[in-house]
Amino acid sequence: MSILFSGRATGATAKKISLMQRWWMSWTHHLRQAIGSLGELWRTPLASLMTIAVLGVSLTLPTTLHLLVKNVQSISGSFTQAAEISFFIKDDATEAQITTLRTMLSADPEIEQVHFISKQQAMEEFSQLSGFGQAMQHVADNPLPNVLLVLPRNTQPQAAETLRARIEQERIVEFGKLDIAWLERLDAMLLLLRQAVLAIAVLLLSAVLLIIGNTIRLSIMNKKEEIEVMKLVGATDAFIQRPFLYTGVWFGLFGGCLAFLIVELMLWWLEAAIGHITELYHSHFTLMAMSLSEFMALIGIAVALGLAGSYLSVSRHIRAIEPTGP
Amino acid sequence: MLTFDQVSKSYPGGFIALDRISFELAKGEMAFLTGHSGAGKSTLLKLISLIERPTSGRVLINQIDLSRIRRHQVPFIRRDIGIIFQNHRLLMEHTVFDNVALPLIIEGFTGKDMVKRVHAALDKVGLLDKVRCLPETLSGGEQQRVGIARAVVNKPPLLLADEPTGNLDPELSKDIMQVFEAFNQVGVSVLIATHDHGLVARMRYRTLTLKQGKMINDGLLQFEEPL
Repeated sequence: MSILFSGRATGATAKKISLMQRWWMSWTHHLRQAIGSLGELWRTPLASLMTIAVLGVSLTLPTTLHLLVKNVQSISGSFTQAAEISFFIKDDATEAQITTLRTMLSADPEIEQVHFISKQQAMEEFSQLSGFGQAMQHVADNPLPNVLLVLPRNTQPQAAETLRARIEQERIVEFGKLDIAWLERLDAMLLLLRQAVLAIAVLLLSAVLLIIGNTIRLSIMNKKEEIEVMKLVGATDAFIQRPFLYTGVWFGLFGGCLAFLIVELMLWWLEAAIGHITELYHSHFTLMAMSLSEFMALIGIAVALGLAGSYLSVSRHIRAIEPTGP
Repeated sequence: MLTFDQVSKSYPGGFIALDRISFELAKGEMAFLTGHSGAGKSTLLKLISLIERPTSGRVLINQIDLSRIRRHQVPFIRRDIGIIFQNHRLLMEHTVFDNVALPLIIEGFTGKDMVKRVHAALDKVGLLDKVRCLPETLSGGEQQRVGIARAVVNKPPLLLADEPTGNLDPELSKDIMQVFEAFNQVGVSVLIATHDHGLVARMRYRTLTLKQGKMINDGLLQFEEPL
């Protein structure tokens, strides 16, 4: 409605249109402005591509690091077996004593699983795996002890250590062994890695924010004349801002997609090399790629950064441009 | 409708652009604003279109004091005022259609309704056949008329023109003035700033003359006054 001329019907709102139609029209407007700003990017393909490339590369690094942490975590996750505690049974323990201990441990609420390896089993396994099969036949006495393998319910190093100390008190147990030091080191390293990734991600994401902000600032400066004219014919700041915000969103979207493509390409390239390594280690490790939710998160973050970066720029610079004349 | 009440405007550094100007422009009235360059014509138009604010005094439109208009309301005020610029200020990268449609798009028009209004405005200035052209390909007079079409496309009740015939030959100037007269005849208030005395004298409309920021004449120019 006109402020100065009461009764002057202004704009499309003056027409008798239903709320539904008006709602639909505002969407058409948004869509038109979104496509318009896409066309704007298309008009300067080289500059747009450069910006998108910079964004893509900046987003690739945190994404790659995230995947690295994820994969390392999955490897360390498969090492919960490492928290297994081996209890070596004294040689003079009787069959009955061992069975009692096994039953007792199986009932222990802190223990997930108990597995008994007798002297004989251990010997057979050793001959098979070590390749000393022939030689072992000449050993008269079996030097290997009976072993109880205990998998604690809580695989945290400290908890496992407490459990080990407790069960070691048992009379027939010679000693318990838990290789905890390297687990702790691995945990500490993972933590460090995760924090480093976080720090790098924060840095690179703020770089994305600044790059988009600056790009939008430049395009605002290039359109200073146009913005002045729009203000002179009665455009609100919000109306002028919108195409620039959409430009930021497009930059974010394309940058995110580019980062995704680069990461996928890198994974594909590394897959062969990793396959070779895991083959050498007789392990069945497969590289985990991005999940759908991670892809969505990447695109979401990229778009949000695009919007935020352009908003930072737009809110300051469009307000500052005021027409100077007729 | 448009009232200036003891309006002064001075710029930092002490330059007084307007000195206690008072006049009133009635609804549906057409008037010229003349004076040398630097006499304050542009400043006066800037005060109406809220590009500048007065140092003292009041500018009122329909009894509403423009000093009460807040920053976020300014765009809505400008939608009620059609402004025509000396250098026409068209968007050179957009077609004539896009230029004229701009005020309508800003106000939320879409589709057929918008096209109809744009065509009507271009028809009034006689440029309907140039609707798909880029402004660059048009002559100076045609560009100016596109500017006029843009100013009137949303049918504002008040039309301001700053040297609309500044760069045009007399024949084209006459054409453009006839366009303004046509709008005036349908009830639009028109205020035209110009230094083209021949034109002002021929047209015989009310003339406001500024000299060094002061109003020295209000009414018909009776004789060729040495300004």
